[in-house]
Amino acid sequence: MSLLDIRGIDVFYGDVQVVYDLSLTVNEGEVVSIIGGNGAGKSTLLRTISGLLKPAGGEILFDGQPMHTRLPEEIVEAGLIHVPEGRRLFSLMSVADNLIVGGHNKRAYPHVPQNLAKVYEMFPRLQERAAQLAMTLSGGEQQMVAIGRGLMAMPKLLMLDEPSLGLAPLLIQEIFRTVRMIADLGTTVLLVEQDVRHSLSLSDRGYVLEHGRVAMEGDAKELMDNPHIKTAYLGI
Amino acid sequence: MDLIFLLQDVINGILMGSIYGLVALGLTLVFGVLKIINFAHGSFLMVGMYVAYWIVAYTGLHPYLALFLVAPIMYFFGYQMQQWLIRPIFVAERDVREPITVIIVTTGVWYVLDNLALLLFGPDYRALSPNPLKGEMIEIGEILISTPKLFGFIITVLTAAGLYWFLLKTRMGRAIRATSLDRDAASLMGISQWKIFNVAFGIGTAIAGIAAVVLVPVYNVYPTVGVPFDVKSFVIVVLGGLGSIPGALLGGVIIGLIESIGPNFMTSTWTEAIVYGLFLLVLFFKPSGLFGQKYDW
Ligand SMILES: Nc1ncnc2c1ncn2[C@@H]1O[C@H](COP(=O)(O)OP(=O)(O)OP(=O)(O)O)[C@@H](O)[C@H]1O
Ligand SMILES: [Mg+2]
Repeated sequence: MSLLDIRGIDVFYGDVQVVYDLSLTVNEGEVVSIIGGNGAGKSTLLRTISGLLKPAGGEILFDGQPMHTRLPEEIVEAGLIHVPEGRRLFSLMSVADNLIVGGHNKRAYPHVPQNLAKVYEMFPRLQERAAQLAMTLSGGEQQMVAIGRGLMAMPKLLMLDEPSLGLAPLLIQEIFRTVRMIADLGTTVLLVEQDVRHSLSLSDRGYVLEHGRVAMEGDAKELMDNPHIKTAYLGI
Repeated sequence: MDLIFLLQDVINGILMGSIYGLVALGLTLVFGVLKIINFAHGSFLMVGMYVAYWIVAYTGLHPYLALFLVAPIMYFFGYQMQQWLIRPIFVAERDVREPITVIIVTTGVWYVLDNLALLLFGPDYRALSPNPLKGEMIEIGEILISTPKLFGFIITVLTAAGLYWFLLKTRMGRAIRATSLDRDAASLMGISQWKIFNVAFGIGTAIAGIAAVVLVPVYNVYPTVGVPFDVKSFVIVVLGGLGSIPGALLGGVIIGLIESIGPNFMTSTWTEAIVYGLFLLVLFFKPSGLFGQKYDW
């Protein structure tokens, strides 16, 4: 049984359908990439999984439990954690408070001190900046807070929406290394990316989303060698 | 000699202004989290004053001891008000961040509460009794300070400090700040938006209750007693910066000072003109308020 099992969901904004009959699975211990161009519906899919949007049809199962009928806070409680696109930090709160709020859910809150120490160990820069307001950080540091905040929630499955967005090449590498490290430490990862080369190279499997539909899926290595992906996403 | 009078007015202005600030504190908290102006806030103050009045009348409790009953009662009242009256509108207007219909509803609540009070208690002006604080004064040299107003000032400072501590240091406080900054991101942290709205509304109403207890020894209770405070709080909150806690207190003190010093130099209708003139100036030149919201909680 898959950890995350999405079965034929349809998602609308008002009357406009954005995701069509989409199915996707993530197994425990995997890193799965979702790639696709602007407006393909990647963020919409993640927002639906985390309960910010409700699918009009289909179902979402996590650990065998239905998620599409639950509230966002209940989905977090189940261990399905979403690090949103554009970081969405609490700009006027300190770095430390952002991280502590990340551990708000009942399951994680008793472990906040230990988890905070782990996040600081992973990102020593954040400890130096603990008292600083989140809005005063650089883009790379903000992304570290966003990821750290996701880890504070003690995810069983961590969903990252374009963590490399807007970062310099060197920082992008660092972020991908971090994602790999998180996976190696035992967290299942669902990674949405436009940086196809990097994301597929650290993933086990991948899905290609086009116009709200799964256009292709399979082993990450095979996807990288696929001629369509080479021309459309890798520019070779 | 003149200087003594002036000093007396300054002290009075600060004390009374801090009480205005206390009323505004509840309004600014609710605005900071729900992003709506609660026009029923003055009516909540009125309800709190009646609650305090009746508790003291029936039990003979010292008004400041009644505080420990009034604040929780008002918290409960506000919490349920948000849960059953305001939340359904937020749900219906899910896609609107600051639904105007909520403002219409809070205005409706204001009218209903004021008229309900009129129906139940009549239009009479009621003075607290027993009132152990009646006319109590502290004399410092030639300066007379009203004891209940001095207590009001102290209670205001304690309430504001307590609120700050709560928002900065507790799990619920952090969740409230996170929700006020970014609702969706807060949801992704596992924070229940509706719970936070209920709690914030409850606390805002409890603060109106604390202000009610502070006012009831020096102010008559009647069904529309909340109206002038409602209007003043609104001016104060805009003056100090919507959502700003220090802004609410300082804005209150500014209004208090204008009201107490002004009449030495002009007729009191003019002081009101100054208050609203200042209000308009701030709206024109610094719409985020004198103490902006930028580096607030
Ligand atoms: N709040 C919204 N209301 C209406 N339409 C929306 C909304 N958000 C997104 N859309 C539309 O839904 C489609 C998918 O958007 P989505 O943000 O999911 O794409 P994406 O794959 O994440 O793109 P990107 O890589 O640019 O982030 C787009 O056509 C977009 O215009
Ligand atoms: Mg996106």
